[in-house]
Amino acid sequence: MPLIETEMTMKARVHVMLKDRVLDPQGEAVRHALGGLGFGGVEKVRQGKVIELDLADGTSEDTVRDMCEKLLANTVIESYQIELV
Amino acid sequence: MRAAVVVFPGSNCDRDLAVAFRDAGFAVEMVWHKDTTLPKGVDIIGIPGGFSFGDYLRCGAIAANSPICSEVKAHAGRGGFVLGICNGFQVLTETGLLPGALLRNAGLKYICRTVPLIAGTTDSVYTNGYSLGQEIGIPIAHHDGNYTASEDVLAQLNAEDRIAFRYGNNPNGSTGDIAGILSGNRRVLGMMPHPERAADEGHGGTDGKALFASLTSAFAAA
Repeated sequence: MPLIETEMTMKARVHVMLKDRVLDPQGEAVRHALGGLGFGGVEKVRQGKVIELDLADGTSEDTVRDMCEKLLANTVIESYQIELV
Repeated sequence: MRAAVVVFPGSNCDRDLAVAFRDAGFAVEMVWHKDTTLPKGVDIIGIPGGFSFGDYLRCGAIAANSPICSEVKAHAGRGGFVLGICNGFQVLTETGLLPGALLRNAGLKYICRTVPLIAGTTDSVYTNGYSLGQEIGIPIAHHDGNYTASEDVLAQLNAEDRIAFRYGNNPNGSTGDIAGILSGNRRVLGMMPHPERAADEGHGGTDGKALFASLTSAFAAA
């Protein structure tokens, strides 16, 4: 019996964070709330986002980088890291 | 005199902006985000406030990559005039037509109230109806109006007299109290406050009217 060929896919995970020089008032609010819950010693909180992409197998990291530059991150205020998984 | 107002899914100030243009004497056409051409002979494009594409990803990011925005960029590239208000300002920064970006308000709250604005320059078709340093009251209604830009960009905006409006009492943490900025050729204005919501007696304030009236003078004379 012929095997049914499933389309191969790969996954990329893009981490987007505000750049260090950019104030993150949401992260600061989270830090404050953690303090309110009694968690001491939280010096700093930065909040970002994770974007998962299911991609056709063989999609290059350069293509994902292009996606980041054009849409997924605003490089005026955000930096990004690409993880191919 | 012809104006086009771009409509995205989630725009909610598009009709208010059209009314303000119309009251100022413009013929107005609404343009859908999927359109790939602008009406012929358009003098100015308005990018309205609202929550285009639900503010998904980042405010204005998806709108900035919609088909009509290629035309908006081409229009600006030809020296055309573009007025972006609130979400429209966010769209203009995302397209790169204006520098910098708009972050979450420093106090994390959505703010909806009339605030004092100071006219930062009179050297533009948008602001020459005000006097330098004049204080006006214009409503703001935003969650992400906290303007930021690199030191170099801020120095350039100041040196080139491109800060159209500053907040009299900074409500959102904006760097340099910046509420609105002009492009290098002074023909693209992005501002978070809503002049179209202060352009009729029924609005409870008419301080925004001079902005549209000065556009009328500029284009009627042209």
